[in-house]
Amino acid sequence: MQAQLSASNLACRRGDRLLFRGLSFELAPGEALHLTGANGTGKSTLIRTIAGLTTPFAGEIASDGVIGLLDERPALDPDMPLGKALSFWERVDGCTDPSNALSVLGLEPLLDVPVRYLSTGQRKRAGLAALLNRGVPVWLLDEPLSGLDTAAIDQVMALIAQHVSGGGIALIASHQALALEGLRTLAIEDFVVRERDEEEAE
Amino acid sequence: MISTLLRRDLGKFFPFAGGGAALPVVFFVAVAMLYPFAVGPDVNVLSRTGGGVVWIAALLAAILPLEKLVAQDIELGTFDQLKLRGVTEELMMAIRLLAHWLSFGPPLILATFPAAALLALDGPNLHLLLLGLLAGTPGLAAIGLMIAALTASLRAGAALSGLMLIPLALPILIFGAGALARQDPASLGFVAAISLLLVAIAPFAAGAAIRAAREV
Repeated sequence: MQAQLSASNLACRRGDRLLFRGLSFELAPGEALHLTGANGTGKSTLIRTIAGLTTPFAGEIASDGVIGLLDERPALDPDMPLGKALSFWERVDGCTDPSNALSVLGLEPLLDVPVRYLSTGQRKRAGLAALLNRGVPVWLLDEPLSGLDTAAIDQVMALIAQHVSGGGIALIASHQALALEGLRTLAIEDFVVRERDEEEAE
Repeated sequence: MISTLLRRDLGKFFPFAGGGAALPVVFFVAVAMLYPFAVGPDVNVLSRTGGGVVWIAALLAAILPLEKLVAQDIELGTFDQLKLRGVTEELMMAIRLLAHWLSFGPPLILATFPAAALLALDGPNLHLLLLGLLAGTPGLAAIGLMIAALTASLRAGAALSGLMLIPLALPILIFGAGALARQDPASLGFVAAISLLLVAIAPFAAGAAIRAAREV
């Protein structure tokens, strides 16, 4: 699983407001990056930009390897039982054996429960199962630990560690401390555009 | 991939597959049922005006499924996840257009038989009506899809989409109902042409709209 992910001199905006600029990083196989920053600084925007869902205001993104995204929306039909909702993505991804991801994340007892009755943490785990089943090398995780209990947090961190040690890449936006070996940190605050900077620039 | 997506879309929108999706057909038959009560049981009046009423009912029934057509999957993140899997927005919307038409066009055409009986429409009129709906409903579905995609990120999108569909659907209504008034199937060619044009541009327009909705 060889992958590469880099951004150079990236700037993103939301509406008319420039969120950050001059952001660069480079991730080699087996590396993970923790993206930190207060609410509204643009963590999610950065993740969505790297995923190719929105276009950056400036700068370049280079990725080698298929990208998988987990955000606050697991893309599971609320009216369907969890098993059926997940099986749609299994068919799309051509995944023949989803049982491993389901048992690791403790989702097997929930397969008959309609998605709308699941808790935030259960939904998050279901989204992670869909990501695991894809078997892609680049993981973009937007707040993967929010809503999870401590046991589930340990489980998810173990999965991320396993993914990274297998040569995968993980970019994790989270305001929680992450226990992961060799994890680098990128503080988005360092690149945030402040009014004062702009005045100086003028 | 395409068949997987189509199966999911049909499961969501096909009447009686999911709750509430049968509403357009029920609404359509209900209008045909109420009309004789409103104007009286005069067979001449009914058979002269009934065809137009069926067209209006079909047009209004096309508005009903729009609310859930696109907005829900933007909210759920389905389109984002499909995009990450290399599916273009245009393909997603082309599949959705097919599923949308299949789930309201053919059921409406079938429901035209009881509606025609209720409105005392004779054989030739029914024939023109069925042909017209067959030619016109794909166009109505295409307009509906474009509007649903354009208004998906607006808060009052559902109410607005109804208002937007009516003027855009006028050409289909004029030529479709006009064939009945003149007893001439030639103008149904116009209906089919308008439909084809709309069906051809709808996936691109709707795809661009959901791409633009991400950039907000």
